[in-house]
Amino acid sequence: MSEQRVTRRQFLSYTIMGVGGFMAVASVMPMLRMAVDPVLQVEAGGDFIATTVKVDELTNEPTRVDFQFEQEDGWYTSNVTQTAWVYKDDKGEIIALSPVCKHLGCTVNWNSNKDHPNQFFCPCHKGLYEKDGTNVPGTPPRGPLDRYKYKVKDGVLYLSRRASAVRGA
Amino acid sequence: MLNKVYDWIDERLDITPLWRDVADHEVPEHVNPAHHFSAFVYCFGGLTFFVVVIQVLSGMFLSMYYVPDIERAWESVYYLQNQVAFGQIVRGMHHWGASIVIVMMFLHTLRVFFQGAYKKPRELNWIVGVLIFFVMLALGLTGYLLPWDMKALNATKVTLDIAQSTPLIGDMLKTLLSGDEHIVGAETLTRFFAIHVFFLPAALLGLIGLHFLMIRKQGISGPL
Ligand code: HEM
Ligand code: FES
Repeated sequence: MSEQRVTRRQFLSYTIMGVGGFMAVASVMPMLRMAVDPVLQVEAGGDFIATTVKVDELTNEPTRVDFQFEQEDGWYTSNVTQTAWVYKDDKGEIIALSPVCKHLGCTVNWNSNKDHPNQFFCPCHKGLYEKDGTNVPGTPPRGPLDRYKYKVKDGVLYLSRRASAVRGA
Repeated sequence: MLNKVYDWIDERLDITPLWRDVADHEVPEHVNPAHHFSAFVYCFGGLTFFVVVIQVLSGMFLSMYYVPDIERAWESVYYLQNQVAFGQIVRGMHHWGASIVIVMMFLHTLRVFFQGAYKKPRELNWIVGVLIFFVMLALGLTGYLLPWDMKALNATKVTLDIAQSTPLIGDMLKTLLSGDEHIVGAETLTRFFAIHVFFLPAALLGLIGLHFLMIRKQGISGPL
Protein backbone atom coordinates (compact mmCIF):
# COMPACT_ATOMS: atom_id res chain seq x y z
CA MET A 1 0.00 0.00 0.00
CA SER A 2 2.68 2.45 1.00
CA GLU A 3 4.23 2.51 -2.50
CA GLN A 4 0.97 3.71 -3.92
CA ARG A 5 1.00 7.45 -4.02
CA VAL A 6 -2.74 7.68 -4.33
CA THR A 7 -4.98 5.24 -2.53
CA ARG A 8 -8.16 3.93 -4.09
CA ARG A 9 -10.17 5.90 -1.54
CA GLN A 10 -8.31 9.11 -2.29
CA PHE A 11 -8.70 8.56 -6.00
CA LEU A 12 -12.42 8.07 -5.66
CA SER A 13 -12.93 11.09 -3.45
CA TYR A 14 -10.88 13.32 -5.78
CA THR A 15 -12.90 12.07 -8.72
CA ILE A 16 -16.17 12.72 -6.98
CA MET A 17 -15.09 16.16 -5.85
CA GLY A 18 -13.88 16.98 -9.34
CA VAL A 19 -17.00 15.79 -11.09
CA GLY A 20 -19.26 17.28 -8.43
CA GLY A 21 -17.45 20.60 -8.59
CA PHE A 22 -17.68 20.63 -12.36
CA MET A 23 -21.39 19.90 -12.24
CA ALA A 24 -22.01 22.59 -9.63
CA VAL A 25 -20.08 25.24 -11.56
CA ALA A 26 -21.56 24.23 -14.90
CA SER A 27 -25.08 24.60 -13.57
CA VAL A 28 -24.64 27.78 -11.54
CA MET A 29 -22.30 29.72 -13.86
CA PRO A 30 -24.82 30.30 -16.68
CA MET A 31 -27.38 31.57 -14.18
CA LEU A 32 -25.00 34.03 -12.58
CA ARG A 33 -23.74 35.25 -15.95
CA MET A 34 -27.35 35.84 -16.95
CA ALA A 35 -28.07 37.81 -13.78
CA VAL A 36 -25.06 40.13 -14.13
CA ASP A 37 -25.50 40.71 -17.86
CA PRO A 38 -26.78 44.29 -17.49
CA VAL A 39 -23.68 45.23 -15.50
CA LEU A 40 -21.30 43.89 -18.14
CA GLN A 41 -23.10 45.35 -21.12
CA VAL A 42 -21.20 48.11 -22.86
CA GLU A 43 -23.42 51.07 -23.35
CA ALA A 44 -24.36 51.78 -26.92
CA GLY A 45 -25.95 55.16 -26.18
CA GLY A 46 -22.81 57.27 -26.43
CA ASP A 47 -24.12 59.19 -29.40
CA PHE A 48 -25.43 62.73 -29.41
CA ILE A 49 -29.00 63.80 -30.14
CA ALA A 50 -29.82 66.85 -32.23
CA THR A 51 -31.90 69.49 -30.49
CA THR A 52 -33.95 72.15 -32.25
CA VAL A 53 -31.74 74.87 -30.81
CA LYS A 54 -29.23 76.88 -32.82
CA VAL A 55 -26.12 77.72 -30.83
CA ASP A 56 -26.38 81.39 -31.88
CA GLU A 57 -29.71 81.67 -30.11
CA LEU A 58 -28.22 80.76 -26.75
CA THR A 59 -27.71 83.60 -24.29
CA ASN A 60 -26.34 83.75 -20.80
CA GLU A 61 -29.87 83.13 -19.50
CA PRO A 62 -30.66 79.40 -19.00
CA THR A 63 -33.38 78.26 -21.40
CA ARG A 64 -35.25 75.04 -21.35
CA VAL A 65 -34.37 72.66 -24.20
CA ASP A 66 -36.37 69.50 -24.83
CA PHE A 67 -35.03 66.78 -27.07
CA GLN A 68 -36.23 63.31 -27.94
CA PHE A 69 -34.75 59.97 -28.78
CA GLU A 70 -35.77 56.36 -29.08
CA GLN A 71 -34.97 54.44 -25.93
CA GLU A 72 -34.59 50.69 -25.77
CA ASP A 73 -35.56 49.18 -22.46
CA GLY A 74 -35.13 45.44 -22.88
CA TRP A 75 -38.01 44.39 -25.09
CA TYR A 76 -39.65 47.85 -25.08
CA THR A 77 -38.88 50.68 -27.41
CA SER A 78 -40.28 54.07 -26.58
CA ASN A 79 -39.78 57.73 -27.30
CA VAL A 80 -38.44 59.62 -24.34
CA THR A 81 -38.10 63.34 -23.91
CA GLN A 82 -35.14 64.70 -22.02
CA THR A 83 -34.91 68.23 -20.72
CA ALA A 84 -31.85 70.43 -20.27
CA TRP A 85 -31.31 73.97 -19.01
CA VAL A 86 -28.85 75.47 -21.47
CA TYR A 87 -26.91 78.75 -21.44
CA LYS A 88 -23.54 80.23 -22.35
CA ASP A 89 -21.29 81.15 -19.48
CA ASP A 90 -19.05 84.25 -19.35
CA LYS A 91 -16.37 82.55 -21.44
CA GLY A 92 -18.93 81.61 -24.07
CA GLU A 93 -18.80 77.97 -23.02
CA ILE A 94 -22.09 76.08 -23.32
CA ILE A 95 -23.49 74.64 -20.10
CA ALA A 96 -26.34 72.08 -20.31
CA LEU A 97 -27.74 71.16 -16.91
CA SER A 98 -30.04 68.29 -16.01
CA PRO A 99 -33.27 69.41 -14.29
CA VAL A 100 -33.27 66.36 -12.02
CA CYS A 101 -32.84 67.48 -8.42
CA LYS A 102 -29.92 65.84 -6.64
CA HIS A 103 -31.97 65.46 -3.50
CA LEU A 104 -34.79 63.09 -4.38
CA GLY A 105 -35.19 63.58 -8.10
CA CYS A 106 -37.89 66.23 -8.52
CA THR A 107 -37.67 68.68 -11.40
CA VAL A 108 -35.93 71.98 -10.82
CA ASN A 109 -36.86 75.25 -12.53
CA TRP A 110 -34.84 78.34 -13.39
CA ASN A 111 -35.83 81.56 -11.73
CA SER A 112 -39.22 80.22 -10.67
CA ASN A 113 -39.18 81.40 -7.08
CA LYS A 114 -39.49 85.13 -6.41
CA ASP A 115 -37.44 84.88 -3.22
CA HIS A 116 -34.54 83.28 -5.04
CA PRO A 117 -33.98 85.09 -8.31
CA ASN A 118 -31.46 83.71 -10.78
CA GLN A 119 -31.20 80.37 -9.08
CA PHE A 120 -32.56 76.92 -9.84
CA PHE A 121 -35.35 76.08 -7.44
CA CYS A 122 -36.75 72.67 -6.53
CA PRO A 123 -40.35 72.91 -5.26
CA CYS A 124 -40.29 69.59 -3.43
CA HIS A 125 -38.11 70.51 -0.47
CA LYS A 126 -36.91 73.98 -1.46
CA GLY A 127 -33.61 72.86 -2.94
CA LEU A 128 -31.52 75.64 -4.51
CA TYR A 129 -28.73 75.70 -7.07
CA GLU A 130 -26.62 78.50 -8.49
CA LYS A 131 -26.72 79.20 -12.20
CA ASP A 132 -23.79 76.86 -12.87
CA GLY A 133 -25.61 74.03 -11.07
CA THR A 134 -23.70 74.23 -7.79
CA ASN A 135 -26.00 73.33 -4.94
CA VAL A 136 -26.55 76.02 -2.33
CA PRO A 137 -25.29 74.79 1.07
CA GLY A 138 -27.98 74.44 3.68
CA THR A 139 -30.59 73.24 1.17
CA PRO A 140 -31.35 69.52 0.72
CA PRO A 141 -29.47 68.62 -2.52
CA ARG A 142 -26.37 66.49 -2.03
CA GLY A 143 -24.41 67.77 -4.99
CA PRO A 144 -24.38 69.93 -8.09
CA LEU A 145 -26.81 69.30 -10.96
CA ASP A 146 -25.68 66.74 -13.53
CA ARG A 147 -24.48 68.02 -16.90
CA TYR A 148 -25.13 66.86 -20.43
CA LYS A 149 -22.21 66.61 -22.80
CA TYR A 150 -22.70 68.66 -25.94
CA LYS A 151 -21.50 68.97 -29.49
CA VAL A 152 -22.08 71.62 -32.11
CA LYS A 153 -22.65 70.60 -35.71
CA ASP A 154 -23.69 73.06 -38.42
CA GLY A 155 -24.60 75.56 -35.75
CA VAL A 156 -27.03 73.15 -34.11
CA LEU A 157 -26.74 72.02 -30.51
CA TYR A 158 -26.40 68.26 -29.95
CA LEU A 159 -26.73 66.83 -26.44
CA SER A 160 -25.78 63.48 -24.93
CA ARG A 161 -28.68 61.15 -24.07
CA ARG A 162 -27.88 61.14 -20.38
CA ALA A 163 -26.51 63.75 -18.05
CA SER A 164 -23.58 62.70 -15.92
CA ALA A 165 -22.47 63.73 -12.47
CA VAL A 166 -20.01 66.56 -12.13
CA ARG A 167 -16.83 65.20 -10.61
CA GLY A 168 -15.03 66.86 -7.77
CA ALA A 169 -17.46 69.76 -7.55
CA MET B 1 -61.62 7.54 11.23
CA LEU B 2 -58.77 10.08 11.37
CA ASN B 3 -57.21 8.07 14.18
CA LYS B 4 -57.28 4.99 12.03
CA VAL B 5 -55.61 6.80 9.16
CA TYR B 6 -52.96 8.09 11.55
CA ASP B 7 -52.37 4.64 12.99
CA TRP B 8 -52.15 3.11 9.55
CA ILE B 9 -49.46 5.57 8.52
CA ASP B 10 -47.67 5.44 11.88
CA GLU B 11 -47.50 1.66 11.78
CA ARG B 12 -45.60 1.85 8.52
CA LEU B 13 -43.47 4.98 8.96
CA ASP B 14 -43.22 5.44 12.71
CA ILE B 15 -43.93 9.17 12.48
CA THR B 16 -44.80 9.74 16.16
CA PRO B 17 -41.20 10.33 17.35
CA LEU B 18 -40.73 12.78 14.50
CA TRP B 19 -43.38 15.27 15.50
CA ARG B 20 -43.00 14.57 19.22
CA ASP B 21 -39.39 15.63 19.00
CA VAL B 22 -40.36 18.88 17.33
CA ALA B 23 -43.58 19.76 19.09
CA ASP B 24 -43.94 17.94 22.36
CA HIS B 25 -42.38 20.29 24.87
CA GLU B 26 -43.74 21.94 27.94
CA VAL B 27 -43.95 25.72 27.82
CA PRO B 28 -41.80 26.97 30.71
CA GLU B 29 -43.75 28.98 33.25
CA HIS B 30 -41.80 32.18 32.74
CA VAL B 31 -42.79 32.40 29.07
CA ASN B 32 -46.46 31.57 29.59
CA PRO B 33 -48.73 34.62 29.67
CA ALA B 34 -51.29 32.56 31.60
CA HIS B 35 -48.89 32.59 34.55
CA HIS B 36 -47.35 36.01 34.23
CA PHE B 37 -49.18 38.35 31.94
CA SER B 38 -45.97 40.23 31.17
CA ALA B 39 -44.77 37.10 29.40
CA PHE B 40 -46.76 38.28 26.39
CA VAL B 41 -43.47 39.71 25.15
CA TYR B 42 -42.49 36.15 24.27
CA CYS B 43 -45.30 36.04 21.71
CA PHE B 44 -43.76 38.47 19.26
CA GLY B 45 -41.52 35.92 17.59
CA GLY B 46 -44.44 33.62 16.97
CA LEU B 47 -46.57 36.52 15.77
CA THR B 48 -43.83 37.51 13.32
CA PHE B 49 -43.85 33.99 11.95
CA PHE B 50 -47.64 34.03 11.74
CA VAL B 51 -47.59 37.17 9.62
CA VAL B 52 -44.83 35.70 7.44
CA VAL B 53 -47.09 32.72 6.75
CA ILE B 54 -49.90 35.13 5.82
CA GLN B 55 -47.53 37.03 3.52
CA VAL B 56 -46.37 33.89 1.76
CA LEU B 57 -49.90 32.56 1.30
CA SER B 58 -51.51 35.85 0.23
CA GLY B 59 -48.52 36.53 -2.04
CA MET B 60 -48.91 33.17 -3.76
CA PHE B 61 -52.56 33.92 -4.46
CA LEU B 62 -51.88 37.49 -5.63
CA SER B 63 -49.47 36.12 -8.21
CA MET B 64 -52.39 34.23 -9.81
CA TYR B 65 -53.50 37.61 -11.16
CA TYR B 66 -50.41 39.79 -11.05
CA VAL B 67 -48.37 40.35 -14.23
CA PRO B 68 -44.80 41.71 -13.85
CA ASP B 69 -44.81 43.77 -17.04
CA ILE B 70 -44.65 47.56 -17.27
CA GLU B 71 -47.68 47.78 -19.55
CA ARG B 72 -49.87 45.40 -17.55
CA ALA B 73 -48.73 45.42 -13.94
CA TRP B 74 -50.84 48.34 -12.78
CA GLU B 75 -53.91 47.10 -14.65
CA SER B 76 -53.54 43.60 -13.27
CA VAL B 77 -53.39 44.98 -9.72
CA TYR B 78 -56.37 47.24 -10.45
CA TYR B 79 -58.29 44.27 -11.77
CA LEU B 80 -57.53 41.96 -8.87
CA GLN B 81 -58.37 44.75 -6.45
CA ASN B 82 -61.69 45.77 -8.01
CA GLN B 83 -63.06 42.92 -10.09
CA VAL B 84 -61.96 39.77 -8.33
CA ALA B 85 -64.11 38.60 -5.41
CA PHE B 86 -62.10 39.04 -2.20
CA GLY B 87 -59.19 40.37 -4.22
CA GLN B 88 -59.32 43.54 -2.19
CA ILE B 89 -59.14 41.48 0.99
CA VAL B 90 -56.21 39.35 -0.13
CA ARG B 91 -54.30 42.37 -1.39
CA GLY B 92 -55.16 44.14 1.85
CA MET B 93 -53.75 41.25 3.85
CA HIS B 94 -50.52 41.39 1.87
CA HIS B 95 -50.37 45.19 1.95
CA TRP B 96 -50.96 45.64 5.69
CA GLY B 97 -49.15 42.44 6.58
CA ALA B 98 -46.02 43.85 4.98
CA SER B 99 -45.98 46.62 7.59
CA ILE B 100 -47.21 44.57 10.52
CA VAL B 101 -44.53 41.95 9.98
CA ILE B 102 -41.86 44.63 10.37
CA VAL B 103 -43.48 45.94 13.56
CA MET B 104 -43.71 42.44 15.05
CA MET B 105 -40.13 41.65 14.12
CA PHE B 106 -39.02 44.89 15.71
CA LEU B 107 -40.89 44.16 18.96
CA HIS B 108 -39.46 40.64 19.01
CA THR B 109 -35.97 42.08 18.57
CA LEU B 110 -36.56 44.55 21.41
CA ARG B 111 -37.61 41.68 23.69
CA VAL B 112 -34.47 39.70 22.86
CA PHE B 113 -32.31 42.77 23.26
CA PHE B 114 -33.63 44.01 26.59
CA GLN B 115 -33.70 40.53 28.11
CA GLY B 116 -30.15 39.93 26.98
CA ALA B 117 -31.36 36.70 25.39
CA TYR B 118 -28.76 37.11 22.63
CA LYS B 119 -25.88 36.36 25.00
CA LYS B 120 -23.86 33.16 25.00
CA PRO B 121 -24.76 30.55 23.80
CA ARG B 122 -27.31 32.27 21.55
CA GLU B 123 -25.06 34.69 19.62
CA LEU B 124 -25.47 32.78 16.37
CA ASN B 125 -29.21 33.04 16.55
CA TRP B 126 -28.93 36.81 16.97
CA ILE B 127 -26.85 36.91 13.80
CA VAL B 128 -29.40 34.80 11.91
CA GLY B 129 -32.09 37.13 13.27
CA VAL B 130 -30.30 40.17 11.87
CA LEU B 131 -30.10 38.43 8.48
CA ILE B 132 -33.84 37.76 8.65
CA PHE B 133 -34.32 41.44 9.42
CA PHE B 134 -32.45 42.45 6.25
CA VAL B 135 -34.27 39.90 4.10
CA MET B 136 -37.59 41.18 5.42
CA LEU B 137 -36.72 44.81 4.68
CA ALA B 138 -35.65 43.75 1.19
CA LEU B 139 -38.98 41.98 0.70
CA GLY B 140 -40.86 45.13 1.62
CA LEU B 141 -38.65 47.18 -0.67
CA THR B 142 -38.95 44.93 -3.73
CA GLY B 143 -42.67 44.35 -3.21
CA TYR B 144 -43.32 48.07 -3.07
CA LEU B 145 -42.40 48.50 -6.75
CA LEU B 146 -44.74 45.79 -7.99
CA PRO B 147 -48.03 47.79 -8.22
CA TRP B 148 -46.11 50.04 -10.69
CA ASP B 149 -47.84 53.29 -9.82
CA MET B 150 -46.11 56.65 -9.40
CA LYS B 151 -45.51 56.09 -5.69
CA ALA B 152 -43.89 52.73 -6.38
CA LEU B 153 -41.78 54.15 -9.20
CA ASN B 154 -40.50 57.15 -7.28
CA ALA B 155 -39.83 55.17 -4.13
CA THR B 156 -37.79 52.74 -6.20
CA LYS B 157 -35.83 55.54 -7.83
CA VAL B 158 -34.87 56.76 -4.38
CA THR B 159 -33.97 53.23 -3.33
CA LEU B 160 -31.72 52.81 -6.35
CA ASP B 161 -30.14 56.18 -5.59
CA ILE B 162 -29.31 54.93 -2.13
CA ALA B 163 -27.82 51.73 -3.54
CA GLN B 164 -25.82 53.80 -6.00
CA SER B 165 -24.29 55.87 -3.23
CA THR B 166 -22.48 52.76 -1.93
CA PRO B 167 -18.75 53.43 -2.07
CA LEU B 168 -16.83 51.90 -5.03
CA ILE B 169 -19.40 49.37 -6.23
CA GLY B 170 -22.41 51.72 -6.16
CA ASP B 171 -22.86 52.06 -9.93
CA MET B 172 -22.57 48.32 -10.50
CA LEU B 173 -24.90 47.55 -7.65
CA LYS B 174 -27.52 49.88 -9.03
CA THR B 175 -27.32 48.39 -12.51
CA LEU B 176 -27.46 44.88 -11.08
CA LEU B 177 -30.65 45.76 -9.20
CA SER B 178 -32.40 47.76 -11.89
CA GLY B 179 -31.23 45.83 -14.96
CA ASP B 180 -30.16 49.01 -16.73
CA GLU B 181 -27.69 51.77 -16.09
CA HIS B 182 -30.23 54.56 -16.53
CA ILE B 183 -33.72 53.20 -16.97
CA VAL B 184 -36.10 52.13 -14.24
CA GLY B 185 -38.36 50.09 -16.47
CA ALA B 186 -39.24 46.70 -17.90
CA GLU B 187 -36.12 44.95 -16.67
CA THR B 188 -36.33 46.54 -13.26
CA LEU B 189 -39.86 45.30 -12.72
CA THR B 190 -39.11 41.71 -13.73
CA ARG B 191 -36.00 41.67 -11.57
CA PHE B 192 -37.79 43.03 -8.54
CA PHE B 193 -40.59 40.56 -9.11
CA ALA B 194 -38.24 37.58 -9.30
CA ILE B 195 -36.35 38.76 -6.23
CA HIS B 196 -39.58 39.42 -4.35
CA VAL B 197 -41.38 36.16 -5.00
CA PHE B 198 -38.56 33.62 -5.45
CA PHE B 199 -35.14 34.63 -4.18
CA LEU B 200 -36.02 36.38 -0.93
CA PRO B 201 -38.82 34.05 0.25
CA ALA B 202 -36.46 31.10 -0.31
CA ALA B 203 -33.75 32.85 1.69
CA LEU B 204 -36.27 33.81 4.36
CA LEU B 205 -37.60 30.30 4.82
CA GLY B 206 -34.06 28.90 5.00
CA LEU B 207 -33.07 31.43 7.66
CA ILE B 208 -36.27 30.92 9.64
CA GLY B 209 -35.58 27.17 9.55
CA LEU B 210 -32.13 27.78 11.03
CA HIS B 211 -33.60 30.17 13.59
CA PHE B 212 -36.09 27.56 14.84
CA LEU B 213 -33.58 24.72 14.72
CA MET B 214 -31.31 26.65 17.04
CA ILE B 215 -34.17 27.53 19.39
CA ARG B 216 -35.16 23.86 19.49
CA LYS B 217 -31.58 22.85 20.26
CA GLN B 218 -30.86 25.51 22.88
CA GLY B 219 -34.30 26.00 24.39
CA ILE B 220 -35.75 29.35 25.30
CA SER B 221 -33.57 31.56 27.49
CA GLY B 222 -34.22 31.40 31.24
CA PRO B 223 -36.21 33.84 33.42
CA LEU B 224 -34.63 37.16 34.25
C1 HEM C 1 -42.48 38.65 4.52
C2 HEM C 1 -42.79 38.54 3.28
C3 HEM C 1 -43.32 39.61 2.32
C4 HEM C 1 -43.40 40.98 2.45
C5 HEM C 1 -42.93 41.84 3.61
C6 HEM C 1 -44.00 41.50 1.23
C7 HEM C 1 -44.25 42.85 0.93
C8 HEM C 1 -44.95 43.31 -0.18
C9 HEM C 1 -45.33 44.68 -0.43
C10 HEM C 1 -45.01 45.88 0.48
C11 HEM C 1 -46.03 44.73 -1.61
C12 HEM C 1 -46.73 45.97 -2.22
C13 HEM C 1 -48.22 45.78 -1.96
C14 HEM C 1 -49.07 46.98 -2.08
O1 HEM C 1 -48.56 48.11 -1.98
O2 HEM C 1 -50.28 46.78 -2.25
C15 HEM C 1 -46.05 43.41 -2.14
C16 HEM C 1 -46.66 43.04 -3.34
C17 HEM C 1 -46.66 41.76 -3.88
N1 HEM C 1 -46.12 40.62 -3.30
FE1 HEM C 1 -45.21 40.53 -1.49
N2 HEM C 1 -44.28 40.42 0.40
C18 HEM C 1 -43.86 39.26 1.02
C19 HEM C 1 -43.95 37.98 0.53
C20 HEM C 1 -44.44 37.62 -0.74
C21 HEM C 1 -44.42 36.29 -1.29
C22 HEM C 1 -43.87 35.05 -0.58
C23 HEM C 1 -45.00 36.36 -2.53
C24 HEM C 1 -45.27 35.28 -3.58
C25 HEM C 1 -44.84 34.08 -3.59
C26 HEM C 1 -45.38 37.75 -2.76
C27 HEM C 1 -46.01 38.23 -3.91
C28 HEM C 1 -46.36 39.56 -4.15
C29 HEM C 1 -47.05 40.02 -5.32
C30 HEM C 1 -47.48 39.17 -6.53
C31 HEM C 1 -47.24 41.42 -5.15
C32 HEM C 1 -47.90 42.41 -6.15
C33 HEM C 1 -49.38 42.58 -5.88
C34 HEM C 1 -49.75 43.86 -5.17
O3 HEM C 1 -49.02 44.84 -5.29
O4 HEM C 1 -50.77 43.88 -4.49
N3 HEM C 1 -45.01 38.49 -1.65
N4 HEM C 1 -45.38 42.55 -1.26
S1 FES D 1 -36.23 66.66 -4.36
FE1 FES D 1 -35.45 68.61 -4.79
S2 FES D 1 -35.21 69.43 -2.80
FE2 FES D 1 -35.94 67.42 -2.36
